[in-house]
Amino acid sequence: MSPTRLLAVARKELLQLRRDPRSLMLAFALPVLLLILFGYAISWDVRDIRAAVLDQDHSASSRDLVDAFRSSGYFTIVRFLARSAETGPLLERGGAQLILVIPPGFERDLGAGRAAPLQAILDGSDANTATIAQGYAEAVVRTWSSRAVLRGRSVVPPVDPETRVWFNEELASRNMIVPGLVAVIMMIIAAMLTSLTIAREWERGTMEQLAATPVSRLEVVLGKLLPYLAIGLIDVIVSSVLGVLLFKVPFRGSAALLMLLSACFLTGALGLGLFISAVARSQVLATQLAMIATFLPTLLLSGFMFSIRTMPAALRAISYLVPARYFLVVTRGIFLKGVGLEVLALQGLLMAVFATTGLGLAVSRFRKELQ
Amino acid sequence: MPADPLLRVEGLTRKFGDLTAVAGVSFEVGRGELFGLVGPDGAGKTTTLRMLAGVLRPTSGDALMEGISMARDPERAKPRLAYMSQRFGLYADLTVAENLRFYADLHLVPRAERAARLERLYRFSNLGPFKDRLAGKLSGGMKQKLGLSCALIHQPELLLLDEPTFGVDPVSRRDLWLIVHEMVEQGVTAVVSTAYMDEAERFDRLALLHQGRVLALDTPSALQKGLEGEILELRTDRVREAREAASRLPAVRRAAIFGDRLHLTVPSASADGPAVEAALRQAGFAPREARPIPPSLEDVFIERIAAAEAA
Repeated sequence: MSPTRLLAVARKELLQLRRDPRSLMLAFALPVLLLILFGYAISWDVRDIRAAVLDQDHSASSRDLVDAFRSSGYFTIVRFLARSAETGPLLERGGAQLILVIPPGFERDLGAGRAAPLQAILDGSDANTATIAQGYAEAVVRTWSSRAVLRGRSVVPPVDPETRVWFNEELASRNMIVPGLVAVIMMIIAAMLTSLTIAREWERGTMEQLAATPVSRLEVVLGKLLPYLAIGLIDVIVSSVLGVLLFKVPFRGSAALLMLLSACFLTGALGLGLFISAVARSQVLATQLAMIATFLPTLLLSGFMFSIRTMPAALRAISYLVPARYFLVVTRGIFLKGVGLEVLALQGLLMAVFATTGLGLAVSRFRKELQ
Repeated sequence: MPADPLLRVEGLTRKFGDLTAVAGVSFEVGRGELFGLVGPDGAGKTTTLRMLAGVLRPTSGDALMEGISMARDPERAKPRLAYMSQRFGLYADLTVAENLRFYADLHLVPRAERAARLERLYRFSNLGPFKDRLAGKLSGGMKQKLGLSCALIHQPELLLLDEPTFGVDPVSRRDLWLIVHEMVEQGVTAVVSTAYMDEAERFDRLALLHQGRVLALDTPSALQKGLEGEILELRTDRVREAREAASRLPAVRRAAIFGDRLHLTVPSASADGPAVEAALRQAGFAPREARPIPPSLEDVFIERIAAAEAA
């Protein structure tokens, strides 16, 4: 291997990249755009659930219960209904996600020490939100009823659990999403970027000329990879800084370790792109293959959107082959937990394996030969 | 046969599925020779050159450059050869200077020699003033000159050029040939393909390719002498119909159209000329200026290809 030739390929690749606005957009603008878009759009936090109240009791207790809903922070009371006939149309229009029905005799039953029934009608068309809203509603009612029962008596509850959440104290989903996004975006962008490079040279006829020179396959693959590795690392830095500044995600670990493991991960992803490019020999096919190979598996099976633990066994088995799965542990670990190699050793090793595999595949499949 | 061949091609064959593009081509190219691969489109010139350049694997047969097998070990030969594909193969989004530097780097041209080599190539090609122009913005002729310059930057022993003058204006065409002749004079061996028959006379020796086979292999003058019979040239109206009529005459072995003229292959131009002319006149044509001419290479090729197709 000759450093001169390797650098010549890398330099040529950079010159071409500099003059190609489309690739530049893909390399620099798209990751930022995706991060901002996903960062703002995706949130699993359910807050401000739109709730309506059908209060048929009109008592002090019923008003107190509604206040408890309002002050919980999870519900916004958007309407008070007069008749039960209004509930159907309201849910159909999506005017409310939850309707709290307080039947007549609510206060009387409470005062008599009888069980006082309440009804919550939920819009189940968004099952996720409905389940969460149901949970919140039950919690609000439970708290309120224990207070109501104990009212006037100074009894200390026997158990007063105090939960404390670590690493993501506010349980804000963006704290999970942003570090995960860095991993997902890098996988997709990296493979997309390099998937074009070898195919483009075959399509334009420049590869035929290159193939007649003494440049080695490793020099071509590494030379094409290096500029994109640099770009990928810049993307990681930009995304991380944006995550911290814009989305206020904590960064507790070592930036150097993140760079090191990112470099391994990117090498694997870029190598995979080059492999696809060498196999496909056409830009359109290569881009499509790169999308199929990276986008869906990374988005769905890396643990970014859905918890791997709750997946069916078959999907869980496949997820072991999705490299972003391991990188996700790295980014979340470094961002949120501030852990180092003592915890991420396995992931680090797997990143190295991924890098070697990606590069090996690319070098073994790239031929200096026409077909 | 050259005494000390640089390149020995032995039964070179390449199949693409059912199609045999090159079928058992054999020839030798001597050191410092300007060797031509001549033939119509689809004759197998490009496929042959690609195999000689080590960018396409032969189905069978081999090409040996000083004993190095291009079928088995092409990488060992590549530092010593240069190949210019028919389609422009340089980077359109790199400048002239950047393309040259790239190829100089790939061939590890020593820094100390670069300036002198570049200066010489710029002088040859007249590309000096266009150094900073993107290669994609050059004219067709200049693109070819840049391709040739990139091929020559490492001073190869063997130069493989695939139709370098295809679609190039006459001035650039002459420039390109000047560069090639200059290189050959300095001892470079060159294998050049062309579909232009009028360029065939430039070669020291040439192989006439047709449908993947070598139909003839010799020096241009020997090929011209080897033609049986003589050529009778005449002007006529309605050349296509006249050719049809002439080719039916018993004395005419072959009739070919050259612009507004017919070239008729006859046993003897002086003996058969008047009879042929009379016969055409009788058939309603107006032949004139009939005269015997020495056979051009083009006549030889047409004759050979027609004979091969008849066989």
